[in-house]
Amino acid sequence: MTDTNALLQLVPKAEGRQSMRDFKSDQEVRWCPGCGDYAVLAAVQGFMPELGLARENIVFVSGIGCSSRFPYYMNTYGMHSIHGRAPAIATGLATSRRDLSVWVVTGDGDALSIGGNHLIHALRRNVNLKILLFNNRIYGLTKGQYSPTSELGKITKSTPMGSLDAPFNPVSLALGAEASFVARTVDSDRKHLTEVLRQAADHPGTALVEIYQNCNIFNDGAFEVLKDRQQAEEAVIRLEHGQPIRFGTDQTKGVVRDPATGDLKIVPVTPDNEADILVHDAHSTSPTTAFALSRLADPDTLHNTPIGVFRSVDRPVYDTLMADQLDTAVEQHGKGDLAALMTGGDTWTVVDRGAAR
Amino acid sequence: MVSTGASARRAPGAVEVRRLDRVIIRFAGDSGDGMHLTGDRFTSETASFGTDLSTLPNFPAEIRAPAGPLPGVSSFQLPFADHDILTPGDAPNVLGAMTPAALKANIGDLPRGAEIIVNTDEFTKRAMQKVGYDSSPLDDGSLGGYHLHPVPLTTLTVEALKDFDLSRKEAERSKNMFALGLLSWMYHRPTDGTERWLKTKFARKPDIAAANLAAFQAGWNFGETTEDFAVSYEVAPAVFPVGRYRNISGNLALSYGLIAASRQADLPLYLGSYPITPASDILHELSRHKNFGVRTFQAEDEIAGIGAALGAAFGGSLAVTTTSGPGVALKSETIGLAVSLELPLLIVDIQRGGPSTGLPTKTEQADLLQAMYGRNGEAPVPVVAPRTPADCFDAALEAARIALAYRTPVFLLSDGYLANGSEPWRIPDPDELPDLTVQFAQGPNHTLDDGTETFWPYKRDPQTLARPWALPGTPGLEHRIGGIEKQDGTGNISYDPANHDFMVRTRQAKIDGIDVPDIEVDDPDNARTLVLGWGSTYGPITAAVRRLRTAGESIAQAHLRHLNPFPHNLGTVLKAYDKVVVPEMNLGQLATLIRAKYLVDARSYNQVNGMPFKAQQLATALKEAIDD
Repeated sequence: MTDTNALLQLVPKAEGRQSMRDFKSDQEVRWCPGCGDYAVLAAVQGFMPELGLARENIVFVSGIGCSSRFPYYMNTYGMHSIHGRAPAIATGLATSRRDLSVWVVTGDGDALSIGGNHLIHALRRNVNLKILLFNNRIYGLTKGQYSPTSELGKITKSTPMGSLDAPFNPVSLALGAEASFVARTVDSDRKHLTEVLRQAADHPGTALVEIYQNCNIFNDGAFEVLKDRQQAEEAVIRLEHGQPIRFGTDQTKGVVRDPATGDLKIVPVTPDNEADILVHDAHSTSPTTAFALSRLADPDTLHNTPIGVFRSVDRPVYDTLMADQLDTAVEQHGKGDLAALMTGGDTWTVVDRGAAR
Repeated sequence: MVSTGASARRAPGAVEVRRLDRVIIRFAGDSGDGMHLTGDRFTSETASFGTDLSTLPNFPAEIRAPAGPLPGVSSFQLPFADHDILTPGDAPNVLGAMTPAALKANIGDLPRGAEIIVNTDEFTKRAMQKVGYDSSPLDDGSLGGYHLHPVPLTTLTVEALKDFDLSRKEAERSKNMFALGLLSWMYHRPTDGTERWLKTKFARKPDIAAANLAAFQAGWNFGETTEDFAVSYEVAPAVFPVGRYRNISGNLALSYGLIAASRQADLPLYLGSYPITPASDILHELSRHKNFGVRTFQAEDEIAGIGAALGAAFGGSLAVTTTSGPGVALKSETIGLAVSLELPLLIVDIQRGGPSTGLPTKTEQADLLQAMYGRNGEAPVPVVAPRTPADCFDAALEAARIALAYRTPVFLLSDGYLANGSEPWRIPDPDELPDLTVQFAQGPNHTLDDGTETFWPYKRDPQTLARPWALPGTPGLEHRIGGIEKQDGTGNISYDPANHDFMVRTRQAKIDGIDVPDIEVDDPDNARTLVLGWGSTYGPITAAVRRLRTAGESIAQAHLRHLNPFPHNLGTVLKAYDKVVVPEMNLGQLATLIRAKYLVDARSYNQVNGMPFKAQQLATALKEAIDD
């Protein structure tokens, strides 16, 4: 949609060619062997040269959690902050420095539990942030408690009889919070992940990318149904803007609108109904269909899980509006004059020694 | 000699104690507004308010018409006070203006900084033009020197009485009772007397009594709900230095101080804040000055407010967050992160009564220990406290100096009393303001053993122990910082025990080593007793000391601006006196600190009733200490 993201033009470009190696810091990566985070790190480091921004103008900000170690491994500027607050900190940075490309790395606990408030408000404001939400549906760093995306009844150390709270669907939540760009991808699908990153990076405003990420220690195989080649064909719905939403072996299943309820449903594709198959429109002004798509997946089995860009629309970006107000203020009142400000309108002068009493 | 400025008003501060222990209220409206009824009631309320009033030499207050109102404008004023009034009460501190004519007729008598309550319902274009206002004085800035409280008195009163069987005109008549309720809230007057009086006065018209009572209570509730303020500051300096003056409130001075600091540092100002009484005015004020490059971000909560500020600090802004005590509690974790990141950040705490929500509109100094210690781990933060409303300007610059030079969060501890009080301020020449410019890191600062030039984000300045401030966008200085303990120098994550011990001590040493000026002692008579204060108690303490000295007593006075670190001569000063008295609007927080640090047997004198000390009360307490 946005051919040239005007905001991206504010960030200086790299001089000369970059390689993936340029984005690897000298720090030893310390995630558990086999963690899905490695794949995401590699995909991001691999994508950055294509983005071609000056490395010094890229900042990764994270909260607390396994994924939040991410900035240490990127040879850019970075801040590993405190639990849940990365969107707030990144907001201050992005709104004061539009020459920076600011990325937030967070997890399902960090973003949706302790930091839920900051996430929804960043999305609503449409601050120019790229938020990578690593969702492994478990708390890893604190050793295996259930998270706000864990399925109901999850048995963990803190819920030996099963968790009692219904999970968030991060895509639904983001859409409800007025997000202008929402996507979902999977850690192990490098090609898909990179394509989503590409579109997120080009999006002016907040881009939320949910990345299904395997925690092989505390929640191994949580997304296996989406990864196993055979199962995935039946389980995964790949969304592509402008394409009919079809999936399954030989694309035999499709998504149609139920005329009775207005909701979406999955049907076997037949010559009779082929014309009724919903064509994905990520740029639709209304978030209604994107939301309905986000509800297709079965929260327990993850069958019928759409991945790709659910929504990508242009709307005013907070940083731009803020900068515009500063410019307008100067146009209207002239550049600030401290002496005039301090003097105000109502003064008097003590010319000699002041009266003592 | 004093020459007046544009308007021929008596220069403020021409008397030593101007307003400390008294408030003068003038009600003005159309003759039919029942003005005297309102005033009569307020006087009675005041008379029933506390034992202080029973000792007043000139109480009950006279009610008289001020000279020269416009025709048809009726008004009266009343002073109430506790102890000795040093001047006759001719200038009102509060004007209740029911109409534009009433405002016009009375504004000339008001000193700057006075409170004005206007009934906005009557400020129609036509009514204003009729008395010669071409633009609305409520919007055009001409009342900028006053504390304006625009209240739709008629509308609110009619609304409050909608369940009564009254005509609109009848309901409107109760607006004075609404105003009285509001004033009673603002000046914390008791309400029982008024309620009793209304019932008695309208005993034969119970409907009218009930309506007036409802209007009165609605006015009180309006004050409470909108957290409306009225604070008078007192004690002008005995001598005004030559210069140009204006009146300024503490929050306004603090806002200007922040803008001035931004200019002097040549850094854009970034405020991340969440509205909270009594700090919101700083957010409002700074939001008006975007043409100074000021960015104000009203966050979703206190935590996001300071978070955004910290993010902006990382990016090279002069970053500020403003709040009050409950907000500080929420911000604590981020303050700890700022300590660990060693980035400049101002935390402005306009203290109010606590704990918890406490008393939002009342003043207190009980956040000192929270500012000092309210974080996990060893997390020292410098603390600076202004002493008067105008001093909030200088204190803001000083806090910014420390934050920028030492790369640290700094607490600026004001309070509700300073924030909303006002006093004459000698307007500084921008050229005389301190230079706060900083040097950002530009290139490598360390050579590795193999000769490679590199950048170490935690390699410190040997003098200040400050670490380099390397802004994103600077090529070659890419680095990662975070809240996990880091290795000295490189800033890499380190769990090494010896390194942690070293880093904890180094962060403390950096704060302990901050260059702060020596504390000055005012001691003309070689006294044996020292009174030591901090923050807004400066006014009452100074007034009390003057009273004692006038009465022939010897007492020394010193007032702390830097509470962390303390001035390096403080221990010597304290040990030079037989007795040290520390008056505080808390239960002895500064006294605790100096007893611990200097082993001085300091005596606390405390008051935590939400109101500032009264000069006479302090003078009595200090006299007892002298005589002890």
